[in-house]
Amino acid sequence: MRDLILGRLVQLVATLLGAATVVFVVTEVLPGDPAAMILGVSATPETLAALHRDLGLDRPVVWRFLGWLGDLARGELGESTTYRVAVASLIGERLGVTLALAVAAIGLSTAIGLPVGLAAAARAGGAFDTGVMVVVEIGLAVPAFWIGILLVLGFSVTLGWLPAGGFPGWGGGLGPAAAALVLPVVALALPQAAILARVTRGAALEVLSSDFVRAARAKGLDRGAVMRRHVARNALVPVVTILGLQFSSLVAGAILIENVFNLPGLGRLLFQAISGHDLVVVRALVTLFAGLVVVVNSVVDVAYGVIDPRLGRGAA
Amino acid sequence: MRAIGIIAAAWAASVAVAGGAEPVPAPGAPARGDVVLCMSLEPPVLDPTAGAAQAIREVTYANIFEGLVGLDRHGRIVPRLAEGWDVAADGTVFTFHLRDGAIFHDGTPVTADDVRFSFERAVAPDSKNAQKWIFAPIAAIDTPDARTVKITLKQPSANFLYGLAWGDAVIVGRATAATNATKPIGTGPYRLDSWTRGDRLTLVATGAWWGGPTRIAKATFRFVNDPQAQVAGIKAGDCDVLTNLAAPEAADSLAADPKLAVVVGRTEGETIVAMNNARKPLDDVRVRRALAMGIDRDAVNLAVESGTGTPIGSHFSPNHPAYIDLTAINAHDPDKARALLDEAGVKGLKLTLKVPPPAYARRSAEIVAAQLAEIGVEVAILPVEFPQWLEQVFRGKDYDLTIISHTEPLDIGIYARPDYYFNYVNPGFQELMATIETTPDEAARDRLYISAQKMLAQDAVNIFLFILPKITVTRGGLTGMWTDWPLPANPLAELAWP
Repeated sequence: MRDLILGRLVQLVATLLGAATVVFVVTEVLPGDPAAMILGVSATPETLAALHRDLGLDRPVVWRFLGWLGDLARGELGESTTYRVAVASLIGERLGVTLALAVAAIGLSTAIGLPVGLAAAARAGGAFDTGVMVVVEIGLAVPAFWIGILLVLGFSVTLGWLPAGGFPGWGGGLGPAAAALVLPVVALALPQAAILARVTRGAALEVLSSDFVRAARAKGLDRGAVMRRHVARNALVPVVTILGLQFSSLVAGAILIENVFNLPGLGRLLFQAISGHDLVVVRALVTLFAGLVVVVNSVVDVAYGVIDPRLGRGAA
Repeated sequence: MRAIGIIAAAWAASVAVAGGAEPVPAPGAPARGDVVLCMSLEPPVLDPTAGAAQAIREVTYANIFEGLVGLDRHGRIVPRLAEGWDVAADGTVFTFHLRDGAIFHDGTPVTADDVRFSFERAVAPDSKNAQKWIFAPIAAIDTPDARTVKITLKQPSANFLYGLAWGDAVIVGRATAATNATKPIGTGPYRLDSWTRGDRLTLVATGAWWGGPTRIAKATFRFVNDPQAQVAGIKAGDCDVLTNLAAPEAADSLAADPKLAVVVGRTEGETIVAMNNARKPLDDVRVRRALAMGIDRDAVNLAVESGTGTPIGSHFSPNHPAYIDLTAINAHDPDKARALLDEAGVKGLKLTLKVPPPAYARRSAEIVAAQLAEIGVEVAILPVEFPQWLEQVFRGKDYDLTIISHTEPLDIGIYARPDYYFNYVNPGFQELMATIETTPDEAARDRLYISAQKMLAQDAVNIFLFILPKITVTRGGLTGMWTDWPLPANPLAELAWP
């Protein structure tokens, strides 16, 4: 287990370095000048040069790259060129929204996807199973942001039950903040739940046809007990893999969903930073996302060992 | 000084309009003291001297920061921190008399030294002021006493005072100037209370403004970029005001709602199909005229802005007294356009149209391309992001056609700049602009502006489409919002609930 964690740490550092290099190069070759974005069309060359000095853009590219890596190593993310505040504080302000969104969406999609998948597998080929599979196919085909727009039309504009967008902040109490997150969470969770239901069903069917399940049934366990005690746990390995992958797609989905619902999260911050050519923020966020994905994948690897002790021993 | 009299009267009139529109509140029901204004974009910072973004002005102008002078809702110059001023007969010396009782939000009084500091900071070599031209005519700033500022110009400058009314020329404090981006300390009636980046910011009345108490004690600006979310927000009551509705097609349906009031006004945004005048065959005036005649600007206005834009025939705002309607010059005439192209010997013309992200530009591009196809010109639409637009089109001048709105007020002077991205070089026009700049008499200047407008229309420098609308939507009888934008601003001190 210690070797596993050590290996993962090395991988984390290597991935961060790779992501940092790629995002630096990409944002560097992107046409556009952050100073021109800030100062608009009337700025004189002298003014642009003054802002370049201010933003450190007058230094040679290699120095800027090395300086940035050095800052990263010390945990310094730099100062946003548009907002003129530390990127770390921008991320701090917005992390809460995105984390709440991602965790709630994972929770909801698991709460829907797992039981539905197991139930469908238990009666494979039946009416319930067929119905679930049709719904799942639709869920897979429909993107989260489109579901989001439909939810707003239905629950905000027509029924007026929930806010159409925006976020009142955590300061105003948990109630209004949670209400603002309901629709985005549902929009994010539904397609993920569809994927999860399908994978769970497939994995459960495979386990159901194995010898030990037949043995369990033969010794007189009823179907429900077999599903709970033998099938569910053994079907979990592929399901956890999917959950890990889902985290990454949730981060990507959050960029769209936060824009549809006007939520001040990291995804929207990234989108604004790209359109405003705030390279400092883009670089920090992409590196952060890359790091998050590596961390989540490592957690998934560790989880395999917990679910199936054979895998844990194999890795160690 | 007769001019001051007129200006002061105008100021009084605008205050009277705001006051007169206020109905008597019902007994026992005190008028609301808070308001929620929803706008499309978030200001990146709150210092109007540190960035060109319109959203900075929308929040701070006349609310947090003030200049010596300002513009009122009709675009007239009015006193702000200066209660009056004298101009020397030759037009080169401006003496401003500062108002008594004006203080910064940190309690320090506004002095002549603050004015000198603000302007010297704006022209300094390390200045990050986006409109440095405003201060370029200044030769010297003297402060004979704490309440008098004497500014000597290098030569007479017709638009000097006008420039001082812009947000870029606000007065800042020596001790606080460096941190105004995130902790703005101004002289206006409101100060920053809180800012949830990406969502909203709140201003509260200081209670110590020289102009006296305000009816609105607390104002929240919410940033709602999505046009449909704006419509939903005002219908659901999440917003009391949409400062400028981003979905013009929804204006009619909102106006039908008895709780809402919709006013279609104008910005200063001349929306144009800019042409690279240096690139063949666009260097031929016949070809440019042909392209202009290929465009039915009413159809573009209808499709893009649901007819809420104001069609223009030159680069000048209908808000200005010197404006004349020149839409008849090079008016829509596809047959004549084709004949002109034949005459110029141009066959099978293929052009690219680089389009920045704003909806007006992307929507206009489709229609412009379709209309030019009618006269046999093939247009390839190339969407670009705004940083790329600035780099390739604006600075690199690497384009055939582009669509953009020039939102700065009174910016016809850009056509006198030979290095500007239109590549329009006309010594006659440059001379005309130089004469305007040194003509102190307003009526004479307006006549020259009319000649300038005609020159641009006849030269078909660009295809002039329409002025971007400002569609103000208010809820619950709120009065006092500016319905035109001589410059982008939402002065909260003029608002009142019934």
